Amino acid sequence: MTLVETLTHARKATPQRQPLRLPFLSREVLLPYLLPALLLLVWQIGSVSGWISDRIMPSPGAVLLALWETASSGALANDIAVSGARAIAGLLVGGSIGFLLGLANGVSRLSEQLTDTTLQMLRTVPHLALIPLVILWFGIGEEAKLFLTSLGVLFPIYLNTYHGVRNVDRDLLEMGRIYGMSGWTLFRKIIFPGALPSIFVGLRYGLGIMWLTLIVSESIAASSGIGHMANNAREFMMTDVVVLALLIYAALGKLADVLARALERHALAWNPVYQR
Amino acid sequence: MVAAPYQHPLAFVAAPESHRDAAGRNLETPPGAVALRLRKVDKRFGDNRVLRGIDLDLEAGQFLAIVGKSGCGKSTLLRLLTGLDQPTEGRVEFLDAQGRPAAGNARIVFQEPRLLPWFDVADNVAVGLGPGTLKAEARSRAQEALADVQLAEKAREWPSRLSGGQRQRVALARALVSRPGLLALDEPLGALDALTRITMQTLLGRVRRELGATAVLVTHDVAEAVHLADRVIVLEDGRIKLDLAVPQTHPRRHGDPDLARIEGSILASILGGD
Ligand SMILES: Nc1ncnc2c1ncn2[C@@H]1O[C@H](COP(=O)(O)OP(=O)(O)O)[C@@H](O)[C@H]1O
Ligand SMILES: [Mg+2]
Repeated sequence: MTLVETLTHARKATPQRQPLRLPFLSREVLLPYLLPALLLLVWQIGSVSGWISDRIMPSPGAVLLALWETASSGALANDIAVSGARAIAGLLVGGSIGFLLGLANGVSRLSEQLTDTTLQMLRTVPHLALIPLVILWFGIGEEAKLFLTSLGVLFPIYLNTYHGVRNVDRDLLEMGRIYGMSGWTLFRKIIFPGALPSIFVGLRYGLGIMWLTLIVSESIAASSGIGHMANNAREFMMTDVVVLALLIYAALGKLADVLARALERHALAWNPVYQR
Repeated sequence: MVAAPYQHPLAFVAAPESHRDAAGRNLETPPGAVALRLRKVDKRFGDNRVLRGIDLDLEAGQFLAIVGKSGCGKSTLLRLLTGLDQPTEGRVEFLDAQGRPAAGNARIVFQEPRLLPWFDVADNVAVGLGPGTLKAEARSRAQEALADVQLAEKAREWPSRLSGGQRQRVALARALVSRPGLLALDEPLGALDALTRITMQTLLGRVRRELGATAVLVTHDVAEAVHLADRVIVLEDGRIKLDLAVPQTHPRRHGDPDLARIEGSILASILGGD
């Protein structure tokens, strides 16, 4: 079953669908935002009163203004698009390799013996430590960033896919074989859905590493993207743009996590953890 | 294939050529219960000789119960009977009603329901049809099998939403949906509470009679064996220690004194050494 099939299957089989409920502005919803709002207020007052220097930290108002300026010139959208495309490319390349290796090693003893030890050794090398070497190899072009993000995403997805496949319930596998499943059918109906919760753990972990790698590699070696925008602004002491870049990274990271969680909730609707 | 009112429970066995039940619904001819013949069957795991020279003949349509102490080889014997495992020595043969060699066509229900949590109830039952059945047909046959175990309204539910007894009924429907010639049950009610067990025993007996399949039940509950089976064997030290017919007609009443006497003699055999 492909992921999409799993999703549509889950949707179709969801019993007693609940009506969509909007989160009303109740105490529960508002309370978590009280502290951030308070901090923001203190920050703004501190900036206006001159207690926090502009050089160190721009006021929230200045950051908003920077957002307006970069957005209206189209530069911001361009940088976000560039960074987003890099993130997606890294996720696709590294994620697919990690996923396929995880599946292969989970299913095949030979494949595991051939590659698992090597992968476990490579995993211990901090991939950001490769930056000098990567710049030598690829320069500061797209390849360098693709290589680094892919490498960063690969391992968490590999490890969790492998772990998920290896830990599929033996009793269910035996049941499947008794009922005539083998090969692709066994994979589609038992191995893949059984490994999916663990694969999602790997995906969400991989997303975190993806953004981290991208921030670092864009700050060091890039001529576009959010990281480059921040680095460029630093040279001109434009702290407002630097802070804006940080906030945008945070927002993108949060967005990716929210999407992954939504996907997870949908694909794992059968799991009692996700049932209300 | 729920029995319509007043239809004889054995109508299925008696008239296998009938393609419609009293309600006029289409019924497939059951592929036919298989008979079993075991000759000098030995099973060893390394040095552990679990089964020693078992000879056993089981007629088509008969309901056999296997009882005995824990670890005496009941599950091992059941796995051999269903072809899930091969004997170290000796032969296990499946025969059709005419005594010719037949395909095993066995289904097994375990103590744990082993349902796929990511499939709804009907799709779990459809697994029993094997790969290659069209989706729509599989769902509708699954729905019928669910009606047999009185779970028709749970077809679209996730297994995690069901009680233990309901899950085991789904597992039973999955085993029955392909109309197997041999139904193997390995302590299928072992994990259920006492009251659920009694309801399930009645259901199991009825469904099995309607299907007309040969059945082998492994249980540690002698009362259950005597309530359901036509014949009970006691396994000890890898051999058949006692082989007893239970001639009473079905459905049987819980607490019948004749059955209680048979139960007593079986218990005495298991516990009493010789
Ligand atoms: N796959 C196996 N490998 C090794 N030993 C086994 C295996 N299956 C069963 N046995 C052994 O065979 C004996 C009988 O087991 P089993 O048939 O499960 O007993 P029962 O079902 O009567 O409790 C036990 O001693 C058990 O350890
Ligand atoms: Mg057992």
